[in-house]
Amino acid sequence: MPILQPPNLSIVEKQHWPLWEIFIRSRQGLSHRHVGSLHAADAEMAVENARDVYTRRQEGASIWVVPASAITASSPDEKEVLFDPADDKVYRHPTFYDLPDEVKNM
Amino acid sequence: MNARFEYLLRLGDDALILGQQLGLWTGHGPVLEEDIALTNIGLDQIGQARAWLTLAGKAEGAGRDEDKLAYFRDQSGFRNALLCERPNGHFGDTIVRQFLFDAYAVCLHAALSGSSDAEMAAIARKSAKESAYHLRHSRAWMVRLGDGTEESHSKVQQSLNDLLPYAGDLFHSDAVTEQAAGEGWGADPAAFRPAWDTAVDEMCAEACLTRPESVPEQVGGREGRHTEQLSFLLAEMQVLPRTYPDAQW
Repeated sequence: MPILQPPNLSIVEKQHWPLWEIFIRSRQGLSHRHVGSLHAADAEMAVENARDVYTRRQEGASIWVVPASAITASSPDEKEVLFDPADDKVYRHPTFYDLPDEVKNM
Repeated sequence: MNARFEYLLRLGDDALILGQQLGLWTGHGPVLEEDIALTNIGLDQIGQARAWLTLAGKAEGAGRDEDKLAYFRDQSGFRNALLCERPNGHFGDTIVRQFLFDAYAVCLHAALSGSSDAEMAAIARKSAKESAYHLRHSRAWMVRLGDGTEESHSKVQQSLNDLLPYAGDLFHSDAVTEQAAGEGWGADPAAFRPAWDTAVDEMCAEACLTRPESVPEQVGGREGRHTEQLSFLLAEMQVLPRTYPDAQW
């Protein structure tokens, strides 16, 4: 007898839950940072798993979960084309300014 | 009879026994993420047990601390509800046991948050946040398993049929709960049984599960009458401190 499976899943997903990329915002005012990935059957489970795996030590104030399959990455082959042109533009770094102490998290 | 001591033992022992059982999942969860989730919940339960048993020791006034109460009482001295000592079984069994308990714990902690005893109210308010998350986790799994595949549905339906009779012990009312509620520092669980029943019914509807009708209820845990399972659990939990009573971390 064939085993019943949910539809619309790839062969890999039938055997393993889909992979989710996890982003945590640690404090108000900061942006979400990628902290790692985990497996979960659905988005709700991904949020719960992320809470248990990545915020056990008070790291988090907010969690985003994104299906890993939804991420489009730049190709390593394009590294020179994409990033080398910035090499000689040091004036884009804010190192020529004195920041007041009151400005945090820059 | 010291009603306050008895009542606090019930709170502490429910959390302690359930926490110990969830700890047994360490390294055996169905997936890494769920392994961590179950043991996190177990650790929350142990934390609650420590707070309640410490308070119980004070109420008794015989110099027993949380460890003395946890490790040096025998089976008949334990006051946990029978549901908490049901074996882990398969993952579905553990989830059903947890859901039935979590739905109770959410009501209990809400009620105790208004306790006239400041320490009890503080522990309850802290525990309420934890139990709300536990319920969210176990309830989501009830729906996922109940409304999942044919196999997951039939397994978790069987778990529900098996475990529901033991949930009645959570709502046992007697002179202890009467005094607790009457004096305002505790709660009579019968008061929130309707809310619990509604929570179970709503879960069943969403999870495509059938709630068995008029189950014969098993009681006795609150009076120290336990099932065989508890003795095995206590043997494993207590062997180290009983073998080396002065052991320190």
